[in-house]
Amino acid sequence: MAAASDAYAPPRLLTLILQRKTLAVGLLILAVVTLLAVLAPLVAPYSPSKLSIVNRLKPPGAEWFFGTDEFGRDIFSRTIYAGQLSLLVGAAATAFACVVGIALGIVAGFFRKADALVSRVVDAMMAFPDILLAIALVAALGPSLATVIVALGIVYAPRLARIVRASTLVIRELPYVEAARALGVPTWRIMTRHVLRNLVSPILVQATFIFAYAMLAEAGLSFLGVGVSPEIPTWGTMIASGRQYVGQADWMTVFPGIAIVLTVLSLQLVGDGLRDLLDPRLRKDL
Amino acid sequence: MVRFVLQRFLGMLSVMFVVVTIVFVIVRVAPGDPAAVMLGPDATPADIEALRTRLGIDRPLVMQYVFFLGQLLRGDLGQSIFLDMPVASALLDRAEPTFFLTLFSILIAAGIALPVGIMAAYRRGTFFDQSVTTLTMLAASIPSFWLGLILIQVFAVRLGWFPVAGYGGPDASLMTRLSHLVLPAVALGVVSSALITRFTRASMLDVLNDDYVRTARSKGMSEFRVVLRHAFKNALIPVLTVIGLTAALLISGAVVTETVFSLPGVGNLVVSAVLRRDYPVIQGALLVIAAIYVLINFGIDMLYLMIDPRVRY
Repeated sequence: MAAASDAYAPPRLLTLILQRKTLAVGLLILAVVTLLAVLAPLVAPYSPSKLSIVNRLKPPGAEWFFGTDEFGRDIFSRTIYAGQLSLLVGAAATAFACVVGIALGIVAGFFRKADALVSRVVDAMMAFPDILLAIALVAALGPSLATVIVALGIVYAPRLARIVRASTLVIRELPYVEAARALGVPTWRIMTRHVLRNLVSPILVQATFIFAYAMLAEAGLSFLGVGVSPEIPTWGTMIASGRQYVGQADWMTVFPGIAIVLTVLSLQLVGDGLRDLLDPRLRKDL
Repeated sequence: MVRFVLQRFLGMLSVMFVVVTIVFVIVRVAPGDPAAVMLGPDATPADIEALRTRLGIDRPLVMQYVFFLGQLLRGDLGQSIFLDMPVASALLDRAEPTFFLTLFSILIAAGIALPVGIMAAYRRGTFFDQSVTTLTMLAASIPSFWLGLILIQVFAVRLGWFPVAGYGGPDASLMTRLSHLVLPAVALGVVSSALITRFTRASMLDVLNDDYVRTARSKGMSEFRVVLRHAFKNALIPVLTVIGLTAALLISGAVVTETVFSLPGVGNLVVSAVLRRDYPVIQGALLVIAAIYVLINFGIDMLYLMIDPRVRY
């Protein structure tokens, strides 16, 4: 028995990732997109705001990989730079949703008195379609980068709250939590050290999907002109400005759109792969 | 059963009450004076004061809330500032394109998702199944407004098969108006089909290995009959749930898609209201759309009672 347990070596993280095609492909695409965005000043051949009226609406070619826009700006450079902001908004909105959602979920799951109120609010918040609620919140708070992040964070927080609450309800009844309580461990410590630590997997999986949805929603808000300022290049604002040139300069909408699809797809693949990796019931290597 | 219906109905009412409260709060958290924001920088203090009185925002917050609830109970959603008409009438005027767009999109989504999802589950693990899984993930990653623009580029501008935008004008025939909905409905339907396909596949997988399916096969029943009459019928509940919820979510997709195709629907009305800071319209649209979502949820629960004899509360 001892020999058998000695012989067992847990698979390394890289092996676990490579065993899952979806996770590996998703992480690879996401890494490429993120690296391009972070290294934009080194990778982009032109400045994203460099105007060149003589070169306006040039089709894709050797000089301008993705063509140029109505002001002669290089679409390839703008797509790479826009990735910085689109990824930043998605990540920040996800972080905001995580903080609010986890706090609400764990409080609702732990304290029965708070549960009724929090659950009602969460149910009601989820009755609003994502983008409509985000539009209303941005309209109320005033359009800016910060309000878009806060609005999307508020929109997606209930999804996390619901999952955290459901898992907390189960974990709080487990013997080790009861033991901790009997030992006089303070409630906040039980919540953070004993409950929250066991929620990392479902939170991580859900956060990946929220990241994907937030990026789609941000693009939608920017496209409608109710998100970040149209002068700031995000994939959504780029598609919005290309809308007037449909049929004349299709590349203006095609390339930023492909960037959104690839990034969102990579996040969905990562989310799916993580769920497979972290959910013991789905693990094939245990 | 009556108790269950009553319980669900009361639950729905309590969620609606919180929805109303959230909408009230959202509109009131706007920084600054909403009347001044709505009227712009050229407004005189007298104009601002008159609008404050008209909107009822010169009263204390609690009074505003009570007034707001009273108004809603009378079916009054307020008055649009810029359209100078009741919000309810403005929403009703724009309901037709949104209704048909949502209806066609859900028909397209279900038309794609049900056969593909059933087939993928039936041929589990094959190349077809894997392709479906990949394609559904891809479809769920496409922003519907971007797909709409691509469809315009190909089918409206290049091939000229469908109109580029609009709804055909007020005197257009029903067929002309409906032809304007083909591309937006395809854009929304394709994106929405992803979720329904995944649910159909998953719930079919749950039932395909059940005893009654094996029994049906052993009785010599044709595969077509086994899959559709026996397996699919039992996999229907989660599928119906997701179709219902997708219908509600499509209203949200319509907000952006209507803008791409310049359809004069509710979505377009909301976007214009946001750009013009027409708070009563934003408030009314939020309430009506959330109410539709809550009602669809309630409807799905009631449907369970009718289609599944196992559901007895």
